[in-house]
Amino acid sequence: MNKYLYMITVIITIALIRILPVTLIRKKIDNKFIRSFLYYVPYVTLAVMTFPAIMEATSSPLAGAIALVCGIVAAWLGLGLFPVSVICCLVVFVLEIFL
Amino acid sequence: MNKKQAFLNGLRDGIPIGLGYYAVAFSLGIIARKAGLNAVEGFFNSVLSRASAGEYAGLTMILTHATFIETFLVSFITNARYMLMTTALSQRFSPETSVLKRIAVAFCMTDEIFGATIARPGYVIPQYTYGLTAIAAPLWGLGTASGIIAGGIMPARAVSALSVALYGMFIAIIIPPARRERPVLICVIVSFLLSYLCSESCVIPIPYVSNISTGTRTIILTVLISAAAALIAPCEDKNDTDGGSGSDAVKPDGTEVRA
Repeated sequence: MNKYLYMITVIITIALIRILPVTLIRKKIDNKFIRSFLYYVPYVTLAVMTFPAIMEATSSPLAGAIALVCGIVAAWLGLGLFPVSVICCLVVFVLEIFL
Repeated sequence: MNKKQAFLNGLRDGIPIGLGYYAVAFSLGIIARKAGLNAVEGFFNSVLSRASAGEYAGLTMILTHATFIETFLVSFITNARYMLMTTALSQRFSPETSVLKRIAVAFCMTDEIFGATIARPGYVIPQYTYGLTAIAAPLWGLGTASGIIAGGIMPARAVSALSVALYGMFIAIIIPPARRERPVLICVIVSFLLSYLCSESCVIPIPYVSNISTGTRTIILTVLISAAAALIAPCEDKNDTDGGSGSDAVKPDGTEVRA
C-alpha cells in the first residue's frame, strides 16, 4: 500500500468512530447504569491517559512526576487549562537542568 | 446563549488547547517525516485526523508496511475511546439539534475538545465546539508541519518540556470536578493507580498486562473503572444535563464550572 492509502484508512476509520454513536443514539438513555457509566467515562479516560504517560513523555521520569503533582495542585487551586499547562512545562524545563 | 458569542468563546478557550497541540504535534511531525510525509501532507493528515495516539499508530503502520486489516484494527483500537466520548456526547444534545450538527460536533471531538465541551453546563452548543476546533485543529496541523520541517533542530530539553503541555490540560480538565465530587475524585485516583500498575513503567511490570498497547489499556481500564463507579456510585440526574426545557437552565457562560 502507498502512504496515501494508509492515511485515508486511518482518517476514515477515526471519522466513523467519532460519528457513528451520535447518529445511532438520538434519544435520551433512561438506564441509570448507562447514564452513570457515561458520566464517569471522560474523567476516567483522561486520568488513565495522563499517568504514567506524563512520566514517559519527559527525558527524566521524575520531572514528569513532579510536573503532575504541580499541575494537580494548580488545578485544585482553581487555575484554568492554559496556566496549568504552562506550569507543567516550566516545571519540566527547570527540573531537567538538574536531573 | 448567542451563537456568535458561543463561537467566540470557543475560539478563546481553543487558544490554550491549540498551543498545547502545536507543541505535541511537533513531535508527531518528527515521526511523520520518518514515514515519508512532506509538510503539506502532514498538515492535512493531522487536521483531518486530530488524534495523537491514533495518528502515531497510523504512521507506525506506514513505517512497518502493515496490511490494510492491521491498519484498520490498530486505528480502531487506538481511537475507540472517541466512541465512548461521542456516546456520552449524544446525551448532551438538545432535542432540537439537527443530525448534521450532531455529526459536525462529533467529528470535532478530541480528548481536550470533548473535555472543554462537556465542562459547560446544560446542552451542547455546537458553535462553541466549532470555535474550539477552528483554532485548535489548524494549530495541530501546523505543529505537525513544523515538526516535519524543523525535525531535530529544536533542543531536546525544550521538546521534553513542551511534551507535558497536553497532560497539563488533561489535569486541568479532571481536577475541578474531582474536587467537587467525591466519586470523581476516587475514580481519578483509582485510574492513576491501575494505569500505572498495568504499564511498563510499573516497578514490577505485570507479565502480559504490561505488554498491552497504550490504546488498548486505555479502553479496557476506562470501561472497567467507569462501570465499577456507575455500580458503586450511580449519579443522580442533576449531574448530567439540565434535562427538561433546557435553554433557561443554561448558565450565562459556564465560567464558574471551568474555574
